[in-house]
Formats: sequence, structure tokens, C-alpha cells
Amino acid sequence: MVMGEFTQETDLLVIGGGPGGYAAAFRAADLGMDVTMVEADPRPGGVCLFRGCIPSKTLLYVTELMHDARRAGDMGVTFAEPKLDLGRLREWKDKVIDRLAKGLVELTKRRGILYMQGQAALEDSSHARVQNTGSSHIRFKHAIIATGSSTRTLAGAEFKPGGRVMDSTGALELADIPKRLLVVGGGFVGLEIGSVYASLGSKVVLVENDGQLMRGIDPDLSKPLVAQLEALFESIRCNTNVTSIEEDESGVNVTFSGTIEEKNQRFDRVLAAVGRTPNSQGIGLENTKVTVNEHGFIKVDQQRRTTDERIFAAGDVTGGAMLAHKAMHEGKVAAEVISGMPSAFDFQAVPAVLYTDPQIAVCGLSEEAAKRQGRKVKVTRFPWSASGRAVSMGVAQGMTKMIIDPGSQRVLGLGIVGREAGEMISEGVLAIEMGALAEDIGMSIHPHPTLSESEEEAAEAFLGSSTHILPQKK
Amino acid sequence: MPVEFKLPDLGEGIHEGEIIEVLVRAGDRVEDGQTVLIVETDKATAEVPSPVTGTVKEVRVKSGQTVRVGEVLIVFLKEGESTEQTQAAAPKTPEEKRETRLPEGPVAAAPSTRRLARELGIDINQVKPSGPGGRVTPDDVRAFAEGDRGPEAEKAPIEAKIPAGPPLGKGKEKKPPEPPEAPALPQFDWAGPVERIPLRSVRRSTAKHVAVAWSQIPHVTHMDVADLTELEAFRHKHKQQVEAQGGALSLTVFAIKAAAAALKKFPRFNSSIDMESEEIIIKHYHNIGFAVDTERGLLVPVIRNVDCKSIFDLAVELKDLAEKTRQGQATKDDMSGGTFTITNVGPIGGTALCPIINYPEVAILGMAQARLQPMVVGDEKNYEIIPRLMLPLNITFDHRVLDGAEAARFLNAIIESLENPEDLLMMS
Repeated sequence: MVMGEFTQETDLLVIGGGPGGYAAAFRAADLGMDVTMVEADPRPGGVCLFRGCIPSKTLLYVTELMHDARRAGDMGVTFAEPKLDLGRLREWKDKVIDRLAKGLVELTKRRGILYMQGQAALEDSSHARVQNTGSSHIRFKHAIIATGSSTRTLAGAEFKPGGRVMDSTGALELADIPKRLLVVGGGFVGLEIGSVYASLGSKVVLVENDGQLMRGIDPDLSKPLVAQLEALFESIRCNTNVTSIEEDESGVNVTFSGTIEEKNQRFDRVLAAVGRTPNSQGIGLENTKVTVNEHGFIKVDQQRRTTDERIFAAGDVTGGAMLAHKAMHEGKVAAEVISGMPSAFDFQAVPAVLYTDPQIAVCGLSEEAAKRQGRKVKVTRFPWSASGRAVSMGVAQGMTKMIIDPGSQRVLGLGIVGREAGEMISEGVLAIEMGALAEDIGMSIHPHPTLSESEEEAAEAFLGSSTHILPQKK
Repeated sequence: MPVEFKLPDLGEGIHEGEIIEVLVRAGDRVEDGQTVLIVETDKATAEVPSPVTGTVKEVRVKSGQTVRVGEVLIVFLKEGESTEQTQAAAPKTPEEKRETRLPEGPVAAAPSTRRLARELGIDINQVKPSGPGGRVTPDDVRAFAEGDRGPEAEKAPIEAKIPAGPPLGKGKEKKPPEPPEAPALPQFDWAGPVERIPLRSVRRSTAKHVAVAWSQIPHVTHMDVADLTELEAFRHKHKQQVEAQGGALSLTVFAIKAAAAALKKFPRFNSSIDMESEEIIIKHYHNIGFAVDTERGLLVPVIRNVDCKSIFDLAVELKDLAEKTRQGQATKDDMSGGTFTITNVGPIGGTALCPIINYPEVAILGMAQARLQPMVVGDEKNYEIIPRLMLPLNITFDHRVLDGAEAARFLNAIIESLENPEDLLMMS
């Protein structure tokens, strides 16, 4: 504490203005708390809004439009080959972000939340210092840490602003369309951003050190997507590692080990998408009783309380699936617990969506996870080739599968591959949260013809008679 | 397979019923659809049909018992199954069998139910589920919470319930506040023999309802008398005409009509008060309930939109509804949605009464017995005493919403209408 310095008092200090942080701050303010939110960016939104979910989905939507325009030819409407104006595309993306950010700024202001731009560091369990151009001292009753995560760097390479080796942030800035792009990592980020660049004209090579893409996704769901990507990308190689990266003026030389044929290759740019690490360093955790695990994730209980009773945490910095919607709910739970409510993060299903074309969306138990746990489940599938809507949209390669408990008939998981899968997964989340039976979904009338009918028919298939597919022989 | 027959969901807000009569015994043969039980809920009686053709294996309830929705009432054996066979085939009790079907992993319960369990400080994994597929329902959680409190709590009334009727207002999950707890009762039987009669059905609803009304509403009663001499003549003149149409031209009919006119003139008598939001809710519809003395107890059926109905319409509807109510056939709908109540104890007697307001209404009109009274006509020097038919009336009102002066004006308006029956006739 600097002599004579003024200390600001607040009920709740939220460190981090991403989805986890702002959801926590908003909930706390709505519950009547005096809230201060500290964030490095000038506006709330975090990686999700400025450098993640929103820009990537904006670009993916554009590439989907391009793809649709091309395939409309098969349906009797021919458009000219899409012409890319990179400047206007960037402008559109930035406009989307700006509009949403303005909304968050307004929501922050109207809720009476004090927003401070800067870096917060905890001094002890009730004080923090915020560094910006100046420095402020804050005394808080409670704090919620929601500092998020950063892209893991590739060994032997670092992300420099404007460099050719990029993380997702750099890639989404869309500096240019590289002729040849290497994507390292076959997870959600690598596949999504790889798809964007491939659709915009890059030749994309994707390498993954694991034996399969999209760990955690059942192979029958990933198969239609992998087939699409194999056509869209120059090549996809699993069981392949990057052993060295050398960036020069005009490109990047990369050497590989593993199943890839050509071990030395040159690319115009490289995207590193090999996972994320928690931002738990440099925020003064060592001055508190907060503890982290061996990977640096903050340890929390179901109430989102850290090992320091005044300090809570939400979002990526606490580990688990790094998803904005999960972070938001964690943040809200933390705010509610602080206000004295008996809340807990005891959700039964966290959905995940891969916004490629086709999309993949999953929630609850997967078939593979059930197998790993040795748990008996019944799996039922509805191929979209039997869906009137899917056929008429030309997306009949999709599939909806349901994981069901054979005894109680409860829905345990849902997986969808195909158009709009992300828009449809919430029915599965609701079913799992409510403890719904397959019959509950089968007996809820879904509008015809829609893609969502596939959920009803998958449930019906389990019950023995789905309208648009023949009963399976027992 | 034995069929467990449970008390079905009886619709909006009704969670329990009382078994009035059990018509079958273990071993009896039953046909699908045959009445096996008579169940009474807060205000309606229902005959419960057998779901199967077969025999009764076990009756788990007896008359007088209160049962909750989902509780097993009777176990049936379908035709062609004997008890022995079934037992051989299914040695486990149905309870155990269901549990073996429960999936592993987290218990199935809606997020709102999980939150409820946390609020009640309960580990939801300990709660025995009653829903399909082992789903824990909010009722399961509440039942578990109550069972946990020990034997005294089990006997105590569980909740103060507003009897059958409209859903609670928007955003209000709150139950009406319970009346303060009464002190423990003394021993009665030291002074002589006593008998305990269970508080059931209509009696119980009434007890809870009036206790809420009395504890919540600061009651004030204002009294006056109306000269019914002319109205009585008018009533006699038109009586047969109305009877020919199937109605009964009772005094209550005129009182309803007069009250409707007064409610339109003084809309605050047709309101409810929301202390939480500090608002008076004026209702722009006029549904008048009238107290009916039945064998089962006091019931209050409601005539809707009284302001749009003529004396003749009302005479017919009142008669029908009163009869239906006395015969126990009035539905929950017939008895909900009221905005004002009239109670006429006159046919039995009385010179005055102070009724309890039918919560959440704010006023009730009471009518005692109309009697011929000597009335002084003229002034002190020049007067005569003549017999007039005088009706003692009262308006009991909620002093939070209304004041004495308004009540006096309101009652004046009613008296004026009753004393000028021709005017009443002219209203719609």
C-alpha cells in the first residue's frame, strides 16, 4: 500500500471481463452487490467476443454462405463464383464484434458496475492492485477470478504480433490468405479455423499428434466431417508431430516426425492450435490461500469456491471443458453463492459445438465414454438420409444419435453431425437435465419437416418404431 | 405382473385427496372401469375406476385416509395371473424392483428440483424417486424434507393452502403466510370423555382458508337496514313468471344485482391487495360468490359477470348453481374466480352478522333475517307507526384497502337499489 493512497471498497471484485467474468458481475449486480470488474481490454467480452467464438463463427458463417452459393448449382440456381474482398470481410467481422461489445458496455454501465481497464493482482485475500497507466488499490469482500486461458505455444516458436506462426487470435485477424497454411492440432479450434482458411482459398495441411481428430467425439459423428475436410484440405495427417519450426521473411520451414510422408515442408503461415493453458500466473495467487493443480488450473469446489474462502473462480482458469457457456454458468453460480444463495455447479450436461460444415454438437454421455466406463447403454441413430428436411436442403449426410440408459430409458447423451447441429443440441441438454426418458422425446411432437425431427425419430427408433426408418431386427 | 394403481394427477394444484370409501377388498374380482374408490379432493368428489380387469391383490388405503398424488392405492392382478404365480415370478417387492432399474450415475432431477433440494439442505441422492425412470420430483424432495424433521413434524399440518382456485399471481411462488402457531392444546379428557373427529375435506379447507383470511385481513364491519316492503311485493308479483322459466326469485338474486351495481360504482370493493408490491389490484370483472350451506360444509360457488346479467338470468343461474353445489357436483371452476361474496344467513335467522372476508377478496356482504318492524313515519309531532319489512345488512371490509366512509356509501348504494326494485330491473 502506497502512503496516503485512496483504497476503493467493493463488495465483489471480478478479475476478468470474459463470459465467465461478466456473467458473474452481471448476476452479482442483479443480486444487489456493489461490483467492480477489472479487465485488460477496454471493453468487456474477453477472448470469446474479440478473439474467439464470435469472430470465428462470423467467418465460418461466411464460408458456409460461399459453400451454399456454390452447391446451389445442383439445385438449379447458379451464382457467379464468390469473390472475396478481404477488407470488407474484416470490416464485417469487426462491425459484429463492435456491436456486441457496445451492448456489453451498456449492460455493464446500466447495472452500475465499475469497469476498470487494467491488470489486477491480488495482494492478499481482501486486497488487489490494478495497474494501468496509473495504479488503484481495491479492498473487496469477495473476489471472482475469471482470467481465462491462452493458446499453448509450439515448442521452438513463439507468437509475435504480425508473425507467421499464429495462435487463433492472430489467425482471426485475417491479415492475409496464405497460399499454404499448416494447422497444428486437430481439435475444435484447428478444424474451425482451418476450415475458414481453406474455404477462403488457402491450401491447408493439418497435423495432429494423436491417432484421431476431435478427441472425445464418437467416430461415427466425426466421420462425415472428416470426409468433408479431407476434400477441403490439402491433407490431414494424424500421428504426426512438429519437430522444428523456422520462420523467415517469406515463410516457415517445418520438420515433422510420424506418419506424414514429406518430413520437411514450407508454409506461408502456421496456426498453433494445440490446446490452452490457464491464465493463473501474474495475478498474485501466491499472496492468497488459492491453490492450483499441477497444470496451473485453480482448484474450486461445486460452489466455485477456491481454497481461499473469500475468493471464487470461474471459467477456463479452473479447467474442464473450455467453453464460454460453461464459464458463464460457473460465474453465475459463484455470484449466487457469494450472495448467500444455495447454488452449485451441478449441471448434468455441458453441450459442445463444432461450427464446421457439417457441424458437430454433443452433450452428455458419449458412446465412447460409456464404453470406457464399462457402462451399458443403448445407442440409437437416425440417419438424415431419411429426413425430408435434410434431403431437401441437400445435407442428407448428417446423423443424430442418442445414448440411452437401457433400464430406466433415460436419455444420457445426444450427438448430432450435420447442418444446424448446434441449434438443435439444446433439446438434448434439456432432456438430460430434466431426466427425460427416450419416450418423452419420442412423444413430443416435433414440426415436420425439420432437422429437429431427427431427435424425435432417434428416440422412436429406440422405442422400436421410427416413422421414417424401418425397425431394426433384434 | 401386479399393477400398482396410484393416485393420478388431479390437475391444477391438487396434491392430495381423502379416501371417502373403498368399494373393493383383497380377492375381489374387478372389471376394467368399475368404480373401486371414492376420493374427495379439496372441493370435488371423484369416483376412481379400476384400470384393469382382474382381481384385487392388495388394498393399501382405508377410508378417511389422506393420500398424495403418486401414492399406491390398490395393487391389482390382471386376469389370468394368480398371486402365487406372480410371487414366484417376481420375488422382489415392487419397490426393490424399481430400484434395480435405476440408472447409475447422478440422480435424475430437473435443475429446479436440484435447487430446491439445496435450499432445503438435502442431498438429492438420498431422496427416493417417484418419477418415471427414477426421476426425483419436487414433491419427493419436499416429502423427504418433511420426513426428516422427526415424528412431531409429521403430524403437523404441512402447509397452508389456498383452497381450490385460480393460479397464484405472476412471479409469486410464495405461499400465503401461515397464521401464527397456536399454543399447545391442554388435556381435555381429565374433565370428561372426549371424541376426536378428523378435520377433513371441506372442513379442513375452510379452517385453513378462514384462518389465513382472519390473520391477514384487518376486518371492519359496517351495518345498516334496508326497507324491503316494496321489494317483497315486487318479488311476489314476478315470482311465478320467473319460476316458469326455471328460476327462483330469491332475495339473494336482488342482493347480487344490487351488489353488482354498487361494485361498478365503487370499484375498490372489487379488488385485492398485494402488500408485497404495495398495490391494489382492481378487477375489471365482477364475479360474485354466494355462500351455500351444504351437507359437506360451506361452499361458495361463483356467478360470473353478474353486471351483464339480468334479474331473470341470475334467478335461473343462482338456482341451478346452488342445487349443483348442494348435490356435490360443483366443479373447481364453479367455485373459483370470485371477486366479491354475499352470505345470506337470513332464511335461518339473525339480526346481524360479522362474516369473514373470502380472502383474497376485500369485502363481503352479509344479510340477516328480514322481519316486519314498527317504523315511525312523519315527524315528532305528526307521525304514525306502520309495519315495514326491514332487512339488517352489513358490509365487512378490509381496512387496508377501504375506509368506513366508503363502506357506508357502498352499503347505502345497495340499500337504495333494494328499496327501488324497478331500478334494479332496468339494469341490463
